[in-house]
Amino acid sequence: MRGKWSEQIHFNLMLLPGMILVLLFTVWPMGGIVLAFKHFIPTKGIWGSPWTGWENYSYLFDTPVALRVFKNTIVIALMKIAFGFLIPIVFALMLNELRIQWFKRTVQTIVYLPHFLSWVLLAGILRDFFAVDGIVNQFLGKFGINEIMFLGENFWFRTIIVGSDIWKEFGFGTIIYLAALTGINPSLYEAADIDGATRMQKLRYVTLPGIATTIVLVGTLSLQNVLNAGFDQIFNLYNTLVYDSSDIIDTYVYRAGIEEGHYEVGTAIGLLKSGVSFILIIISYGLASRFANYRIF
Amino acid sequence: MVRNQTFGTKVAEALLIAALALISFSSLFPIIHNLAISFSSPAKAMAGFVTVFPKGFNFESYMKLFEDSVFFKSFWISVKRVGVTCFFSFFISLLMAYPLSRSTREFKLRDIYMWLLIFSMMFNGGLIPFYLIIRQMGLMNSFWVLVLPMLVNVFNVILIVNYFRSIPKELDESAAMDGAGPWYKVFRIYMPLSMPVLATTTLFLIVTVWNEFMLGMMFINHEDSIPLQTYMQQIVVRIDPTLIKSIEDVKRLASVSDKTLGAAKIFASMLPIMLVYPFLQRFFISGIMLGSVKE
Repeated sequence: MRGKWSEQIHFNLMLLPGMILVLLFTVWPMGGIVLAFKHFIPTKGIWGSPWTGWENYSYLFDTPVALRVFKNTIVIALMKIAFGFLIPIVFALMLNELRIQWFKRTVQTIVYLPHFLSWVLLAGILRDFFAVDGIVNQFLGKFGINEIMFLGENFWFRTIIVGSDIWKEFGFGTIIYLAALTGINPSLYEAADIDGATRMQKLRYVTLPGIATTIVLVGTLSLQNVLNAGFDQIFNLYNTLVYDSSDIIDTYVYRAGIEEGHYEVGTAIGLLKSGVSFILIIISYGLASRFANYRIF
Repeated sequence: MVRNQTFGTKVAEALLIAALALISFSSLFPIIHNLAISFSSPAKAMAGFVTVFPKGFNFESYMKLFEDSVFFKSFWISVKRVGVTCFFSFFISLLMAYPLSRSTREFKLRDIYMWLLIFSMMFNGGLIPFYLIIRQMGLMNSFWVLVLPMLVNVFNVILIVNYFRSIPKELDESAAMDGAGPWYKVFRIYMPLSMPVLATTTLFLIVTVWNEFMLGMMFINHEDSIPLQTYMQQIVVRIDPTLIKSIEDVKRLASVSDKTLGAAKIFASMLPIMLVYPFLQRFFISGIMLGSVKE
């Protein structure tokens, strides 16, 4: 028999390459958050720079910018969560009512596609789409509506952010419901048929209860995204004209930190986001395991 | 099942099909529109008449695209990046998943590793510390900065762990009886048995790596070594009419604002994902099921 000891060593060796990468690229940068409480001097590095206590935070909250980015982040994220939650359910139920299998598969393949394309490329298309001389304005022009600067006006910009996000993700969001729908016991429908249930009644008394757990699961897990309004999308679509409605925490961190070199301020607000997000994740997983029996591993 | 085909249900069915067809069409429309522009003549595209079909059909923009060496250089870097990342990530994830799929009784430190990984997935230092530390490591302008941070995807590792746990314990035990050590078991038993989940995670990774643009944007300054999405990001974002500040900007704008060429580049950048996508679909659906719905 092999000694238990050698096996333990081999297990650790197997984990070694992966753990080194995690330590280098995830854990080590976590230490860098001390920068939020320091005055950064590049020649002295993160650790050598002097401490300043809460100064970076008081600077942040004395300017209107922190309030703006937090408000934008939460408003955009909540709008995305609210609409992005309902539409996939309705869409999955519609697909489920469909009897023609090949058509159903084709529809699924088509609506999943945008999920796999990057926001960089989609932003390229959308900019063209909603440009002043773009196809949307041309279409509206036929009805005598004046050109709208969709990506330059706060109201329209935010609408496009939320709308295009739903356009990209709603199809993919249906997968989990479709899976739950196939898990419903067919004998329940047969029993309902015998009782003379209409299609609407079957939907109300069999289908919906059948996917209720999944709905609760998706709902509770989406809570963790309250501070994730979507960096890639906004970063690739926004411009100086619409900062008021669309500058979120992540885009501000990038601009202030990387582009303007205010490393401490970027770290300070980034840490605030990471901290609150962490709590939200814990809460959402807690709720998910309690109400939908969900566990990560 | 008894189906009563009354007039009402037929109308409902027809409405449903019409609605779903319309939704599918609107999902594809922006992409078709872009494709139509790429095949149109530049003059007609600028005048703005193109919707679903190209106006003044020609291959001009694609001919120009073939002469664009920066585009193809960055395309090649992205291909290389996806290949190298997937190769290493495959083995690293596989090797991580095996010990983590053992029980605490079999592998004493399992829970410590697991919590460290879960914690690293939930909490992070944020963008700026990451940026400063990568610079400190001296990875600026290196190809490896595009690869190394993407090799360990904790979510993918958990998918593989969950799959390993569904493999009967008896198999592991009988292999051990025959004298198989942990490495032999990983490569000769678990790897061949878990090809579905390994394919799923690899395909997830292909999509993620192909679409990633931040690392190239932050850490690579040479035009010659940026990946495709970063190059596209420069075209799409940096050239923004509302951001014009100087004469140079106007000149730059005039040289790249060729609408049909831009559309051709966007389409060519989407093509690899659109080609692997049909193969991907059946894998990722089972992958999602594996990851999210458990009893």
